[in-house]
Amino acid sequence: MIPVSGEISSYLSRRGRWSPLEIAFWIFAFASIWLFPGKHLILTETAILALFALSLDLILGYAGIISLGQAAFFGLAGYFSGLVAKYGLINDPVLALLAASLVAAALGFITSFLVLRGSDLSRLMVTLGIALMLGEIANRFSNITGGADGLQGVTVAPIFGLFRFDMFGHTGYIYTLIVLFICFVVARRIVYSPFGLSLRALKGNTLRAAAIGIPVNRRLVAIYTVSAGMAGMAGALLTQTTAFCSLDVFSFERSADLLLVLIIGGAGYLYGGLIGAVIYKFLQDWIASLTPQYWQFWIGFVLVAIVLAGRERIEEWTAAGRAWIVGVGTRLTARPATRT
Amino acid sequence: MLTILFDGVAYGMLLFVLACGLSVTLGLMNFINLAHGAFAMAGGYCTVVLVNRLGVPFALGLPLAFVVTAAIGALFERTLYAHVYRRSHLDQVLFTIGLVFMSVAAVDYFAGSSQQFVIIPEALRGQFIVFGVGMSKYRLLIILICGLLTVALQLLIAKTRFGSRLRAAVDDQRVARGLGINVGAVFTLTFAFGSGLAGLGGALGAEILGLDPSFPLKYMIYFLIVVTVGGTTSITGPFFASILLGVADVAGKYYVPKLGAFVIYAFMILVLIWRPQGLFARNTAR
Repeated sequence: MIPVSGEISSYLSRRGRWSPLEIAFWIFAFASIWLFPGKHLILTETAILALFALSLDLILGYAGIISLGQAAFFGLAGYFSGLVAKYGLINDPVLALLAASLVAAALGFITSFLVLRGSDLSRLMVTLGIALMLGEIANRFSNITGGADGLQGVTVAPIFGLFRFDMFGHTGYIYTLIVLFICFVVARRIVYSPFGLSLRALKGNTLRAAAIGIPVNRRLVAIYTVSAGMAGMAGALLTQTTAFCSLDVFSFERSADLLLVLIIGGAGYLYGGLIGAVIYKFLQDWIASLTPQYWQFWIGFVLVAIVLAGRERIEEWTAAGRAWIVGVGTRLTARPATRT
Repeated sequence: MLTILFDGVAYGMLLFVLACGLSVTLGLMNFINLAHGAFAMAGGYCTVVLVNRLGVPFALGLPLAFVVTAAIGALFERTLYAHVYRRSHLDQVLFTIGLVFMSVAAVDYFAGSSQQFVIIPEALRGQFIVFGVGMSKYRLLIILICGLLTVALQLLIAKTRFGSRLRAAVDDQRVARGLGINVGAVFTLTFAFGSGLAGLGGALGAEILGLDPSFPLKYMIYFLIVVTVGGTTSITGPFFASILLGVADVAGKYYVPKLGAFVIYAFMILVLIWRPQGLFARNTAR
């Protein structure tokens, strides 16, 4: 009786165990606080982008929903946290962050029912349309949002009343990194749970997933809501760390760039968004220093090249390298484990 | 009031010429081409160069814009797009977004980021007054050209041999192939023709829509609305959708200047929820 379920649960917990490579990754991430003290501003941007990409990965990589409207949640939460800080409604940044994330998740929950219907194309249209609609609303109520000039005069209170946001972005970076880590742990927990497995099943084949008793629509609504909340957190972080919010949080380019970030890093893989964000920011910085005005051309070029080369083929090319890294990682830890 | 209706119809006609190529490629190959606007922009810039720099007469510049863009379309279709048809929708979206980014930056590099204007001949400026309604001559020309094109397209698709092949391929690719129709060739021709029409639309519309490097991004959503609302199975669906969109957009910008685009996006989402295949689509078995 118990053996089978016991085997399953032990298999699942083994799958969900933190590998040494992951631990090394996070140690390095936190070490960057001391390693690159002069680069905290761009690192903050990277961490926010990574969180944003992680939120897209949950729905695109794990549930197979193509979305061009992730910016809707990002922007809504960005404006929300900016407004509550400006008018002193919620003074503590952490509380404001949570509230903004909840608001974005609520929008995600409502709009998820629209996204569930129809084919890939209508999903694209609906998600894009929602982001554009919110952008129009923000533009329309310019007396509240500042319209095209952006939301100005945001002053973010110190975190817990103790840590003040400084102009070099040290506090901002540590704060962002901690939020990113917490969100990552949550996402990891979701992905390795039976719930996460059911998402993979319905991405593979919706019909068969429904046939083995997975409530497809409910699962999609749930993951879409979680993803929206996470995207909202990224948006709120951007507003809080820059004390500014402008209409381009809703722009199409933001959603499109996000897709690129995720594709560079690899979708359907939790670290894909994080690695993609680092590579993307690095690329952008590098290309922008070569051709400040035309970096978009090379970003487009990378996208076209990736698709033409074939994403699967690129994964094959890098598979050997990744296997080697994982192999070294496990061997390093396997030795002490055999001794004990 | 009537002027708004008139402007709206002209705008809608223009949108139809711009977007009908997209509706056919989407229906035929189930391919999501977000880069369609880039071809329209190519046509627009081609006319700017021909008419303003080389002094080609405007009446000759328009057909040349069509030919050049169609050639570019055919070239791209054979060399790049043909590899992506069988990929997932995600790949198609990434690929075409990449093309859009490249075209935007490339045009910015060659022509600068400022707005471009095509010099229109003196005869087409000014307006007629009919029953107290001002009608701009240029818009009248647009309605005339686009109206003729629509009729021609409808005849082409309904009456000719190529048209029946195209319809067969749209309805069921596999059976069409089984009947000996060369679907790949049909598709290349259609893609080139659709790109050419987009180029013509871009050339005609430079005056009304404006022409700058961000054109493909700015109008992408409009083309997609035409296609999703109109459906991909006929010519008449996208046609009515374009007219509706054109009138709604012009009227919206006139009466509620700041809420105009919002109304259109909301309308699109409602249509997609109500009828995911499009407002005017007939229900196919697929």
